[in-house]
Amino acid sequence: MLVWSRSGRLVIWVIFALIFGVLFLAPLAVILLSSLADQWNGVLPNGLTIEHYGDVARGAAWNAVKASLVTGFAASALALVSGAWAALSLRLQGPALQRLLGLLFFIPSAVPSVSVGLGLLVAFSHPPLLLNGTIAIVMIAHFVLISAFTFGNVSAGLARLSPDFEQVASSLGARPAYRLWHVTLPLLAPYLVAAFGLSFALSMGELGATVMVYPPGWVTLPVSIFSLTDRGDIFAGAALTMILVAATLVLLLGLERITKRATGA
Amino acid sequence: MSEALAIGAPTARKREPGRLWIVPPAALLALLFFYPLALIVRQAFLDDSGVANVAEIVRVLHSRFFLNALVNTVTISVAATAGCLIVGLVLALILAFVPFPGSGFIARLIDTFIALPTFLVTLAFTFLYGSAGMLNSGLMEAFSLPLPPVDFLYSTWGVVLAEVTVYTPFILRPLLAAFSLVDRGQIEAASVLGARPFRIVRQVILPAAVPALIAGGSLCLLLTVNEFGIVLFIGAKGVITLPLLIYGKAIQESAYQVACIIAVVNIALSLGLFGLYRFAAGRLGV
Repeated sequence: MLVWSRSGRLVIWVIFALIFGVLFLAPLAVILLSSLADQWNGVLPNGLTIEHYGDVARGAAWNAVKASLVTGFAASALALVSGAWAALSLRLQGPALQRLLGLLFFIPSAVPSVSVGLGLLVAFSHPPLLLNGTIAIVMIAHFVLISAFTFGNVSAGLARLSPDFEQVASSLGARPAYRLWHVTLPLLAPYLVAAFGLSFALSMGELGATVMVYPPGWVTLPVSIFSLTDRGDIFAGAALTMILVAATLVLLLGLERITKRATGA
Repeated sequence: MSEALAIGAPTARKREPGRLWIVPPAALLALLFFYPLALIVRQAFLDDSGVANVAEIVRVLHSRFFLNALVNTVTISVAATAGCLIVGLVLALILAFVPFPGSGFIARLIDTFIALPTFLVTLAFTFLYGSAGMLNSGLMEAFSLPLPPVDFLYSTWGVVLAEVTVYTPFILRPLLAAFSLVDRGQIEAASVLGARPFRIVRQVILPAAVPALIAGGSLCLLLTVNEFGIVLFIGAKGVITLPLLIYGKAIQESAYQVACIIAVVNIALSLGLFGLYRFAAGRLGV
């Protein structure tokens, strides 16, 4: 305890509540409130309604939710396989190559998302690799952007893994494939689930690369929220944002429960 | 354990020459990321008919729209990072050293902001601080003003405030980790010996926080330079950053060479900041 006097502590807690309230609590509360607002002319809404949720549900909301979930799932699954594969096979390389390749696998996280989208447009707009205008290019953009995060999470998990289990398995005569499937991957499972959850969440909120490459008919949640608010329909935009937040949190909490049950923690 | 690893590694490598396993994920990333990246650089030198055009590069780099966007990007990024460092440090100090009932839960709540889309905060700020937002309506009602008095949202400062909210958790996380290693006995000893809290923070706690501040700060610089959603959603005419300019040139004007030239500058800036972050994080062991 840094501050001993009761009044001193109270003052500090009030400061904390102010910062936390203004910066973090107020935005979340106000999005929720505005998604339920009937009409809003004064300080507070005139009344509450669930009409905006009904509107977006009748409109393009389900398509947007579907586009976001399918894109997120496909991109995260591919990123999980490729990230785990890269992290595991990187251990078989020499130290110099390991450092260099490790850096290269991290670089996608440093490049602005809009530029990733621009690069895909420039690269895949001509035959033989004509992907512009397809759903695949959206998934590729999401995959590129989240690949570094899955790679990083799995690498961090591998670094924390005690090498003893793998050594014992090898010395008992387990072949590399058997050892990978029955020893290393089960030990890595919590990190794999966490990596999948994080990349899914990032994909659900991705906007910069998606607005560059999305084809008509595959409008993700963030893009439809933007087009709603850009048209001035900010209450419907807030309702759709709440749907996005709820979907993301349900997903993350669900994955956390699975991890906890699997590891018995 | 590290000894076992050192002995085990070479024999393991001799037994399984599986070094080629790295090829599939590396090839995938090369095709989907590095190849498009190289094409951006190539396209920056060629005009739309495929002829080398260096004069265009000079024109773009000297143009008002590019220089404005560059200045805006750097200003917003530096200001937002400074804000994140200050707010993050204050919040982390309180959460770690003056904890209250439920402070663990609050720390986790702030942490979940990392998973939320960045434009959420901008949308919320429209309701809070917009011209018809809660703050302005309240002030206009209370003082019967004819015009909304608070007008910072559609400016650089609106973007900065939104980015501080979104990126403070990236400072808070490493800081709380660093503070959990600070010896509580040392702090109690100092305070029993009569050191005032301010002095303890400066002489005992801050030195422990420097690595986390540097690593978190350079990560914030990188993320704020690349931020797109917040600036797009605020949609102020005068606040154009490099990512927004690339989007505008490529999608709205179909000027691909101009977009690629700006993208090369933006990517170079980001990679420089990424290098700084890796250097800081690696050097300081965060």
